[in-house]
Amino acid sequence: MIAALELTANHYLVLAAVLFTIGAVGLLIRRNVLVMFMCVELMLNAANLTFVTFARELDDVGGQAIVFFTLVVAAAEVAVGLAIIVAIFRRRRGATADDVHLLKG
Amino acid sequence: MEFGIFVVFAALALAGSLTVVLGHNPVHCALGLVLALVSVAVFFLQQDAQLLAAVQVIVYAGAVVVLFLFVIMLLGVDREETLHEPIRYQRPAALALGAIVLAEVLFLAGRTWATGTPSARGPLEEDAGYNNIETVARTLFTDFLWPFEITAALLVIAVVGGVVLARRSGQPAELVDEGDAATGESGTNAGSSPSERAPAGGPALSRMAPPAASERDTEAAS
Amino acid sequence: MIAQADPQELVTPTVDWLAIGPEIALAGAAIFIVLLRSIVRRGPWVYRASLFLAIGGVVAAGVLLGRQWNIVRDDGAIDTIAGMVRIDGFGVFLGAIVVAATLLTVLLASAYVERERLEGPEYLALVLMSATGMVAMTTANDLIVVFVALEVLSIPLYVLAAFDRRRLASQEAGIKYFVLGAFSSAILLYGIALVYGATGTTSITGIADFLAANTLLEQGVLLAGFALVLVGLGFKIAAVPFHMWTPDVYQGAPTPVTAFMSSATKVAGFAALLRVFEVAFPTYREDWRPVIAALAVLSLVVGSVAAVVQTDVKRMLAYSSIAHAGYILVGFAAASVGNRDAAARGQEAALFYLLVYAFMTIGAFAVVTVVARRRHDARHDLDDYRGLAVREPILAGLLAFFLLAQAGVPLTGGFVAKLQVFAAAVEARQYALAIVGVLAAVVAAFFYIRLVVVMFASEPEPAEGEEAVPRAAVEPGTGFVLATCAAITLVIGILPGTFLHFARDATFLL
Repeated sequence: MIAALELTANHYLVLAAVLFTIGAVGLLIRRNVLVMFMCVELMLNAANLTFVTFARELDDVGGQAIVFFTLVVAAAEVAVGLAIIVAIFRRRRGATADDVHLLKG
Repeated sequence: MEFGIFVVFAALALAGSLTVVLGHNPVHCALGLVLALVSVAVFFLQQDAQLLAAVQVIVYAGAVVVLFLFVIMLLGVDREETLHEPIRYQRPAALALGAIVLAEVLFLAGRTWATGTPSARGPLEEDAGYNNIETVARTLFTDFLWPFEITAALLVIAVVGGVVLARRSGQPAELVDEGDAATGESGTNAGSSPSERAPAGGPALSRMAPPAASERDTEAAS
Repeated sequence: MIAQADPQELVTPTVDWLAIGPEIALAGAAIFIVLLRSIVRRGPWVYRASLFLAIGGVVAAGVLLGRQWNIVRDDGAIDTIAGMVRIDGFGVFLGAIVVAATLLTVLLASAYVERERLEGPEYLALVLMSATGMVAMTTANDLIVVFVALEVLSIPLYVLAAFDRRRLASQEAGIKYFVLGAFSSAILLYGIALVYGATGTTSITGIADFLAANTLLEQGVLLAGFALVLVGLGFKIAAVPFHMWTPDVYQGAPTPVTAFMSSATKVAGFAALLRVFEVAFPTYREDWRPVIAALAVLSLVVGSVAAVVQTDVKRMLAYSSIAHAGYILVGFAAASVGNRDAAARGQEAALFYLLVYAFMTIGAFAVVTVVARRRHDARHDLDDYRGLAVREPILAGLLAFFLLAQAGVPLTGGFVAKLQVFAAAVEARQYALAIVGVLAAVVAAFFYIRLVVVMFASEPEPAEGEEAVPRAAVEPGTGFVLATCAAITLVIGILPGTFLHFARDATFLL
C-alpha cells in the first residue's frame, strides 16, 4: 500500500526545502561556531539535493555537474573554516564559542 | 518500495538535521550531520546520481565530518553549550523566519517546480552506453570546463589558508590586544595563561624579516 | 552542446586565452609565490621577490584587460569556454577597477606586512587569489561561475581577515566573516538551484533567452530563487539588512585588507548583482526593482545614521561604506526602469560610482593604516586623530580630502559620482530615492566633517606617560597609494568627462 503511493520530484524538493530551513534556523539560533558551521553544511546539502532532483526531472546532466562544484567548495570552506576556528580557540583555550562575539551589532 | 525507502530515509534525514540543530553536545551534532548526509546520498542513488552518491559519502561523511570531529576533540569543546542567548530577539525572529519560509514551501508544494527547458546541457543518460560517471565527467570537461579550472584555485587557497592559519606562532609578548578591548566589550579572556599559549619550542617570528619563519614552520608549509 | 562525432572522443570547448588572461596572470603570480615560499623557505628576499611577482602579475592583468577593452570596443562582446565567460565592456571596466584596487592593496600591504610582522608571501598570494575570483566574477556568464568565483574571492578574504594572529579582534573578524559568508553563499546556492529548476539552465544569457521565450504559469519557484540570489549577493555588497557583519569585520581585519574588502569585493559583488539581474531577469523588473529600491533606502539611512555615533574611525568608515552601497543601489534601481535611456544612465551612474568609490575608500584606509602604526593597528579611536593636522599635516590633509570626497564636496570625484546617481534617479522618475539620497548625504557630511574638525581644530593633548609620537615616515609604497588615490579622485572631480565616457561604454544596455 505504501508502494502504491507515487514518489514524485516534489517529495524530494519539499524535503530539501525543509532541510534548508532547518539549517538556516539552526545557524541563527545556535551559538557554537562549530555547530553553526555544520548547519551551513546542511544548507549546502539541501541545495545539492534540489539540484539533483531538478537534474532528474529535467533530464539534464548540468544539475549533477553543479553538485560536484558544491562539494569542492564545501570541502575548501571546511578546511579554511576549521583552520580559523582552531587558530582562535588555541588562543583562548577553554573558551566556548559564546566568548566569540558573533553577530554583535 | 521506492516510496518506502524515501519515507525511511527522509525521516532519518530530518532526525539527523534536527540533532544538528538541537543537540547540546557538538559530537552528537556531528553524528547527526553524518546521518543527514548519508540519507541525502541515498536520495542521490534513487535519482540516478551514482557518482554523486559515492562522492557524498566519501567526501562528506568520510572527510568533512571526520575533520569536524577531529577539531571537536582537538579543542576539547565536546561539552554542553550554555543556552544563554546574548541577542534577545534573535531566536524568535529566526523561528518566525523559518516558519515563513516553510509556509512558502508548502504553498508551492503541490505545484510544478521544474518548469525549465529539459536537457539544456545534454540528457542524463546518453544512448552510447555511458554510465553516470562518464556522463558527468564529459560535462565537467566540456560545458563546465571554466568553473572546473577555477576550483583548482580554490584548492590552492584552501591549502595556503589552512597552513597559514594553523601554524603555531604568536608568543604572549607579541599579542597586541586583549581581543575584547578592541571591540569595546567587557568579557573574560578565559584561561589565556602564557604557559598554555606558548607552544613548546614555538617560534617567534623574526623581527626584521617576516617571511623567515623557523624551520619547523616551513616544513609544515611544504 | 558540442557535436560528438566519435563517442570516445572528448571535444573540449574552444578557449580564448586572452579572455581569461587576467585570471591566469593573477593566479599564476599567486602560485609562483606559493612555490617560491615553499621551495626557498627562508631569507628576507623571498618577500621582496614575492612582492615583485605580485606587482608583475597585477600589472600584466591590467595590460591584458586594456587589450580586452580595445577588442571588445571594436568587435563587441566575446563569449568563450562553452559560453561560461562573457567578455564585454561591463566586465572589463569592473575588472579594471578590481585590478587597480588589487595593485593599490598590494602596495599598501608591502610596508604593512613588514611592520606588523605578518607572513608576507602568503598574504600576497591570498590577495592575488581573491583578485582572481573577483575578475572571474566580473565576466561570469553562468550562475555556477558566479558561485564558484564568489567562493574563490571570499575564502582568501576569510583568511586575510583573520591574518593577524596577534590580535584576537582580527581572528574574531575572520570567524564572523566566515560564518556569515558561508551562510550567504549557501543561500545563494539554494537560490541558484531554484532558478535552475524553473528555467532549466544556469547560464545567465540562457535564462534571459528562456524567460523571453516562455511565460511561466507558476512563477513561485523562480521568484523565490532570485529573491535568495539577491539575499546571497546582498551580503557581499554589505547592503542593509545584510550588513551586520560589516562593522566588526572591517574593524577587526588588518587595515589593508579592509581597504581591499571595501573596494574590490564591493565591485565584484555589484558586478554579479548587476549582471544577474539586468541580463537574466529583466522580464521580472517590476518585481525586483522595489526590493532594490528598499535595500538602497535602508542602506542609505542605516549607513549614514549609524556612522554618526561611531567613535572608532574604521567602524565609521565601515558604516560609510554601507551608505555608499546605498548610493550604488540607487543607480541600480534607476538602471532597472523600462525606459532604456534612463536605464542606461542609471547603470552608467552605478559603474561610475564604483570607480570613484574604490579610490576614495582605499585612500582613506591607507591613511588609517599609517596612523594606526603606533597602536599596532589594534585601535583606531577618534582621539588618535586629534591634532593630526599639527603632527602630520600632509597625512591629515589627504585624509580630509578623501573624507570630503566621500561626503560629496564639489571638485572631488565623490561629488560627480553622487550627482550622476541623483541625476539618473531623477531621470528614471525615482524621485523618492533621489530625495532620500540627498538627505543621507547631508547626514553623512556631519560625521565626515566631524573627523576633519577633530584633526584640524583640536590641539593635541599633552600625552602623559606616552612616548612622543614619532613622525610617521610614509613608506614609498604607501606614498604611491596615497598619491594615486588622491590624484584620481581629484582628476575625476575636475575633469569627469573621460571617465564618464568609459563608464558609458561599459554599460550593456546601449
